[in-house]
Amino acid sequence: MRESGNSRAAAPGAVRNGRATPLADAWQSLLRHKAALCGAAILAVIAAMAVFSPWLAPYDPSQQIPWEARRAPLTLFDSGRWVLLGTDHLGRDLLSRIVYASRVTLIVSFTAVVISGFIGLIVGVAAGYLGRWVDAVCMRLVDIFLAFPFELLALSIVAVTGPSLSVVVAVIALRVWVVYARVVRSATLAVKEKDFVQAAVAVGASELRVVLVHVLPNVLSPAIVIATLYVGRVILIESALSFLGVGVPASTPTWGGILGDGRSYIDTAWWIAFFPGLAILVTVLGVNLLGDWVRDYLDPRIQT
Amino acid sequence: MLKYIAGRCLQALVVLFGITAICFAILHLTGDPAALMLPESAVQEDYQEIKSRMGFDRPMVEQFAQYMANAARLDFGSSYLQHRPAMAIVLDRLPATFELALVAFMLALIVALPVGILSATHRNTPVDYAAMSTALVGQSMPNFWLGLMLILIFSLGLDLLPTSGRLAYGIESRAATEFYFFEGLLRLDWVLFSDALKHILLPAMTAGLYSSARLTRLVRSSMLDVLSEDYVRTARAKGLSEWVVVNVHALKNASIPLVTMAGIELGLLLGGTVVTETVFAWPGIGLLTIQALQNDDFPIIQSAVFLLAFIFVGVNLVVDLMYAWLDPRIRYA
Repeated sequence: MRESGNSRAAAPGAVRNGRATPLADAWQSLLRHKAALCGAAILAVIAAMAVFSPWLAPYDPSQQIPWEARRAPLTLFDSGRWVLLGTDHLGRDLLSRIVYASRVTLIVSFTAVVISGFIGLIVGVAAGYLGRWVDAVCMRLVDIFLAFPFELLALSIVAVTGPSLSVVVAVIALRVWVVYARVVRSATLAVKEKDFVQAAVAVGASELRVVLVHVLPNVLSPAIVIATLYVGRVILIESALSFLGVGVPASTPTWGGILGDGRSYIDTAWWIAFFPGLAILVTVLGVNLLGDWVRDYLDPRIQT
Repeated sequence: MLKYIAGRCLQALVVLFGITAICFAILHLTGDPAALMLPESAVQEDYQEIKSRMGFDRPMVEQFAQYMANAARLDFGSSYLQHRPAMAIVLDRLPATFELALVAFMLALIVALPVGILSATHRNTPVDYAAMSTALVGQSMPNFWLGLMLILIFSLGLDLLPTSGRLAYGIESRAATEFYFFEGLLRLDWVLFSDALKHILLPAMTAGLYSSARLTRLVRSSMLDVLSEDYVRTARAKGLSEWVVVNVHALKNASIPLVTMAGIELGLLLGGTVVTETVFAWPGIGLLTIQALQNDDFPIIQSAVFLLAFIFVGVNLVVDLMYAWLDPRIRYA
């Protein structure tokens, strides 16, 4: 790892048995990368927003006050209600809705990335390690899923099942596992030829043991890199699905959903569309800034 | 070479078969495909009729074979709203989507090539940082939001460009094809061309956002790879001007990965215009599909998914074959 010598000197408390712990080393590296630190800070704020929404949101996000609809940001109503980001077409407080919407975004994107990572790891390791027809079948499967126009595939599935949180996660996972599978497969192919794997096979370790103990830990870091780089894309996908009205059911506020509402009022109330979009932009930017650092830190060779 | 072409075509066929199988699986996801094929208002007789006509009462294996046979004839049933074959309706909208994707792609290249090259030749200078930061922000931006903001600024605010549609009223009669922009360009019909351009500019920027960000980064990184090669040094040593070295010697070789990506990007653009078409009421396949979803017009959705997947496979096949023809190492590998 780069500059691990520096970090050892810089963090004496983290030294165990003469080596910096991986976490302390990562932390030191993160502190040196301003952009990544910014990304981490942004994500921390968003995560706090999601966890503490009931305390942070000034008003009830679903409370409709029709006579206070579509008011500009910084409006003070006679009732004493003051709205920082304005109100939407039903008079709901936009800020409160955006704060609450962070929850769906984080839950959906995190779950989708983890589930697809799990599928992709299994398929990728199986394809790379077993080779032959397993590899051929898995890779054709990857080709098939890559060929689908994603948004249309999502539309056609939602048309059958109706929109729900689990469908959104499943639809996104259907697309993203492919990326993991490809990267993990090529990593497995490389690891398979390494001496320590050959040695394990030679001393009679079972195939399962070789895969679990020797191969899997060594293909995890490219999978983690893909995960961090794809969280941002998954947030964009989730938002797009909500924007199109085929994401999480409209009763739950989502950034994409609020933006979709605001689309019809773009000429009279630009803020309804503007602020949720800004929230998406800032969040994804945070993820990407952090993701770039994770990639450089874990494996500078991986290109996406 | 023949063996390579045959193998690659066979692969494409397998993928197409898989795509059709998944379309079939989606149709049967709820267990009652006949209900999906019918509008809410359908009566029991309609239900029975479609069930027997589409064969939904027969064994699953038989149904699958029938579905495959129908798919081979591009038959996914009739739109219940328009009472025409669904695929014909989708094909009618293809030119609009195709033109949007192509112009978006051209726009992405117009941005990515100069910016990427400049970024690579001015590595680690403010120019490079600015370009890469912009690309990063571009990749982080929801494109439907960009579309709405463009409408807000250029259409509603400055009143420069129209908010929706492909042509102004009355211009359509000037065009013989559905490819308004390219027809205007090729026939040098200024009225048609300028109007089509005005309408397509904002949608193309919206649809091409991610492609331009990705391609800019790609151009930069492949230029950086090439600029450190010996033949670039030789070209410089010969006393060639820096402009010739960069834009002739280096760019030619840096464009190889670009060609590979071009096929994928174009395919992504074709399948990825749903959001853009929704924002700008662009009458393409994406908008058609969204409207079909609202009307539960399922045959149209299936036809659209199948057609665009089919095109994606086709475009990639052509790119791969072209690539093998350009670079002999691939066909013997």
